[in-house]
Amino acid sequence: MSDKIIEVKNLSKSFGDFEAVKDVSFTVYKGDVFGFLGPNGAGKSTTIRCMLSLIKADRGTINIFGQSLHEHRHDILARTGSIIEKPDFYKYLSALTNLEIFSRISGKPSTKKEIYAMLDFVGLSGREKDKVGGFSHGMKQRLGIAQTLLHNPDLIILDEPTTGLDPQGIIDIRNLILQLRSEKNKTVLLSSHNLSEIEIISNRMVIINKGRSIVEGSVSELLNSEELIVTLEVDNAISAQNITTKHFPKAQIASTEGQVLHLTISKTDVANLNKTLIENGVSVSSIESKRKLEDYFIKIINN
Amino acid sequence: MFLKSTYNEFVKIAAKPRSYLGLLVITILVGVILFALKVDGMSFISFVTSSFEQTLTFEGNILNGNLIAFIVLQMLIIHIPLLVALVTGDLISGEAATGTIRMLLTKPISRTNLLLSKFMAGAVYTMCIIIWLGIMAVVVGKLLFGSGDLLVLNSDGLVILQQDDVNWRYLGGFAVAFLALLTVSLLSICLSVFSENSIGPIVTTMAIIILFTIIGTLDVKIFDNVRPFLFTTHMISWRSFFEDPLPMKEIWKSIIVLLVHNVAFISIAIYAFNKKDITS
Repeated sequence: MSDKIIEVKNLSKSFGDFEAVKDVSFTVYKGDVFGFLGPNGAGKSTTIRCMLSLIKADRGTINIFGQSLHEHRHDILARTGSIIEKPDFYKYLSALTNLEIFSRISGKPSTKKEIYAMLDFVGLSGREKDKVGGFSHGMKQRLGIAQTLLHNPDLIILDEPTTGLDPQGIIDIRNLILQLRSEKNKTVLLSSHNLSEIEIISNRMVIINKGRSIVEGSVSELLNSEELIVTLEVDNAISAQNITTKHFPKAQIASTEGQVLHLTISKTDVANLNKTLIENGVSVSSIESKRKLEDYFIKIINN
Repeated sequence: MFLKSTYNEFVKIAAKPRSYLGLLVITILVGVILFALKVDGMSFISFVTSSFEQTLTFEGNILNGNLIAFIVLQMLIIHIPLLVALVTGDLISGEAATGTIRMLLTKPISRTNLLLSKFMAGAVYTMCIIIWLGIMAVVVGKLLFGSGDLLVLNSDGLVILQQDDVNWRYLGGFAVAFLALLTVSLLSICLSVFSENSIGPIVTTMAIIILFTIIGTLDVKIFDNVRPFLFTTHMISWRSFFEDPLPMKEIWKSIIVLLVHNVAFISIAIYAFNKKDITS
């Protein structure tokens, strides 16, 4: 965890009066599948575009592979593969010609044999000479992945790579990302507005909202918090509140709405709470628990 | 990287159907003119020569390939800019509209190199258009109508050029015409940097040409100081090669004005493109 691949510090970017990114900071380490999580319009794409020098930041620094992006753009981009939002190709050209075009200026041109092998790897074997205009969204996404990987980059940046894909396509892309990490030791930055997607494939993440980075850390630590938000539906909320306070002093009652209780409690105490309430004559008709971060993230989106 | 990127641009231009529209339109237009002159060319010529018939006697093949090529050039050179801009105006903005510019700029190529490769591709395309116009006008014209002395009616009067004195003039004329069209091509690419749709730069290029042409032809004193510096004023400088003696001073002046425009358009485009945020 010592090799920093990406280090973004205090990045800010405005478009006119609109501040798209405000003091965003985060670090990605070698071998990470780093989740870049945030609702739509949070500033994820603007940050990523800054990292690829598509957009010039107003303030802040971006270091990739230990080098300043501003001073070593060419070297950094030669070692980076990316898909921003959606892969756009020349519709009037074949998949093969499209890859040849991007390969020629990638810093490490590929042979035709390598391009055929890559198309086979992403499941587009046999469609090499078909025009991209006739491709489905899923096929274009696969071609985008092929374009990203063709020059064997050390860092892969994927901005919402599963958007618009069918369930099988989503699974394929997720498996591919995991494969890149485990078999090829690539570092992946994955942007998404989908918490479960980040949870499944990322080991570290940052949450960004309204242009600001909110929280950064290990996915397992952030998501598998011991604290849960529990919603109880009981026949007597006042009794339930008193029993909870008496037997579980660390639990915090957040609110009550009629016979519904919202409280924060340790994961290990949830089953005991249910048992204690029943033993003390309170009937529990439903019990729901949510992880704090999930709830927090949903609040961010709803707001 | 520049050469590889330029090769990419050639591949893209060659694969786009609209790139062949210019060649097709030239073929059709020249074909129509050649057909019309073949059928009824003499009445067209007599309309011009009638005013000289009391003082001059015309003998031989007046309606020859050299004259046909001159007529074709005069008729079409004003319309060719649209055909050029149709392709070159799309080189940046078309890629911005489809999102491929974003894909290109995530590769380790500098924006200046990418833009210069597009300028180069635009210049080669313009050259192709001019060469095709030359083939259709001069070569096909001579094949259909034969060779002969060239009669050119200038503002100073009638100029008669010997047939063996004409070919180099066409070469010079086409070279200056290429430079003029290159200016149009570079203007449309420059405008293309500021747009994210294909139509805008094409329409704006034509609007500028029309506006400048109107300023250039309006006999109003207020425009006298501006007129010599408009590139549209020099778009018809190819005609100077068909004067005797050659007005070299005027030709060089035109070349310099057009070159200055070309450098200005390239510089503006490079500056703006390097400053531009790619948000498409």
